[in-house]
Amino acid sequence: MLSAEDWSAIRLTLLLATVSTLILLVLGTPLAWWLAHTRSRLRGAIHALIALPLVLPPTVLGFYLLVALGPHGWIGGLMQRLGLSLLPFSFAGLVVASVLYSLPFVVQPLQNTFGALDGKLLEAAATLHASPQDRFWHIIVPLSRAGFLTAAVLGFAHTLGEFGVVLMIGGNIPGQTRVVSVQIYNHVEAMEYAQAHWLAGAMLVFSFLVLLALYARPHAGALFAQGAARHD
Amino acid sequence: MTDATAATAALTLDVRLARADFALEIALALPAHGITAICGASGAGKTTLLRLIAGLESGAQGRIEFAGQCWQDSARAQFLPAHRRPIGYVFQEPRLFPHLTVRQNIDFARHRALDAAARRADPAPVLQLLGIEHLLERAPHTLSGGEQSRVAIARALAGAPRLLLMDEPLAALDAARRAEILPWLERLCAQSRIPILYVSHAHDEVARLADTIVLLERGKLRAHGAAQDMLARLDLSTARGADAGVFIPAVLVEHDAADCLSRFSFAGGELFVPLAAPPAKAHQRIRIAARDVSLALERPQHSSIANQIACTVTELAEADSPAHVLVRLDAGGTPLLARITRRAARTLALRPGLAVWAQVKAVALLD
Repeated sequence: MLSAEDWSAIRLTLLLATVSTLILLVLGTPLAWWLAHTRSRLRGAIHALIALPLVLPPTVLGFYLLVALGPHGWIGGLMQRLGLSLLPFSFAGLVVASVLYSLPFVVQPLQNTFGALDGKLLEAAATLHASPQDRFWHIIVPLSRAGFLTAAVLGFAHTLGEFGVVLMIGGNIPGQTRVVSVQIYNHVEAMEYAQAHWLAGAMLVFSFLVLLALYARPHAGALFAQGAARHD
Repeated sequence: MTDATAATAALTLDVRLARADFALEIALALPAHGITAICGASGAGKTTLLRLIAGLESGAQGRIEFAGQCWQDSARAQFLPAHRRPIGYVFQEPRLFPHLTVRQNIDFARHRALDAAARRADPAPVLQLLGIEHLLERAPHTLSGGEQSRVAIARALAGAPRLLLMDEPLAALDAARRAEILPWLERLCAQSRIPILYVSHAHDEVARLADTIVLLERGKLRAHGAAQDMLARLDLSTARGADAGVFIPAVLVEHDAADCLSRFSFAGGELFVPLAAPPAKAHQRIRIAARDVSLALERPQHSSIANQIACTVTELAEADSPAHVLVRLDAGGTPLLARITRRAARTLALRPGLAVWAQVKAVALLD
């Protein structure tokens, strides 16, 4: 069965995925809105940059993060001068890495949703005296519910599954950076196959259930189906 | 614009907008009361003008002022965003919020009214005015096109606008739906105390609703004035086309219940209108289409046509077809239009100043 260390890894993984997903939604929303509506020439470059984690080996992202955030990196050096503790091998460092690593999984569905949103409704809301902020919360968010749900689930599930970036930037510190995927690796290294089975199986079932919750909804796949926008 | 019109005007604007394929340049003062129809061919800039007034078009140069409040002034880099202008806007499509019920759509507008008292106001009169009380719990997509249009108009009114902008609110509807909703619109226009700008290129709508007409041509102001005069001006496109015609403000004199005929008087004489019952109001607009008016040099005797009006020819002009001409007539100060054949005009030797009798084959009440 699961050991205390396994449970610690599970708690840490869920915490990491939750915190990362919340940050991703806050960062991803304006970014996705900008990508969906900008006519800037930078759009293509920014889009490609965000999509990089889809194709890069996680170790590459992890390596650059380690270098940048480390004591000799430009971010790490700056943080040291400001008296802040360094991010590598800390939970905060894992969060930073996860956010970058899962960004495309959050931005892409939001961008699709925002692109399909009928701008005419926002104009109508403006003529009904709704401020930009008001329009965001009362028109954009409810009409983009399906997109936000997809973004949150994919961001959460993808963070659960990260390994390479974690190993590069977080190491293997129990209770701080040792997440489930790393713990499974530890079990296998130590030839504890029974333990590895329990954890891997739990991860498999949980991830499946999370994705099932997303795709089993009616109109799943069509991110801006009429039905998804209604209060049913 | 003169100082006199500017003083009583609700809306004064002097705007320029340059686009790659289109330029708009309009200076105008519009009255604080009544319905102003904005007419013109498609591409004349009607919708753009309305969007400019609403603050939905960025990049316009010039000034817009409403009731002493500056809405935008490019010289002083001022621009009041759309959501802070006390307007209501009815778009060509209903644009109802799909995630809200009809009631929630109305309340969305009511709770955001710029006037605090209007936020607490009872929405019932507006719902009743547009006949949508029974639709409140429905989702927008379950409504018919006409119902959606009525909800959109009610929603715009629920926001307690001080200026109502309507961009062809009936354009998306077929003839039957238009006929269904026009009476609601008329009631709205009659009861409304706020000025309404109404974009339309449907002659019947304009004749029924408008007090003032603004005619645009390729982004410029072609002419504007009282609707009755504008519709009878032969130099304007508003008076051309197969549905050319005028309306005459008239007062009910008596109703003959046996013959179902109402007698009205107007500045140039009298008109008989077949009506099953006497009209509710004594003051009416009577529409006379140019094609329903024929001319005779002497008063026709033994004619089945009851409406015969003594007039003077004031002007002749080309009509929409090469076989016809349009004749502008003056009946005691009231302008009339007649659409007759070119041959008839020649046979009668029609010329300005000639006294003629106009026979009106059909008249209809507008209000």
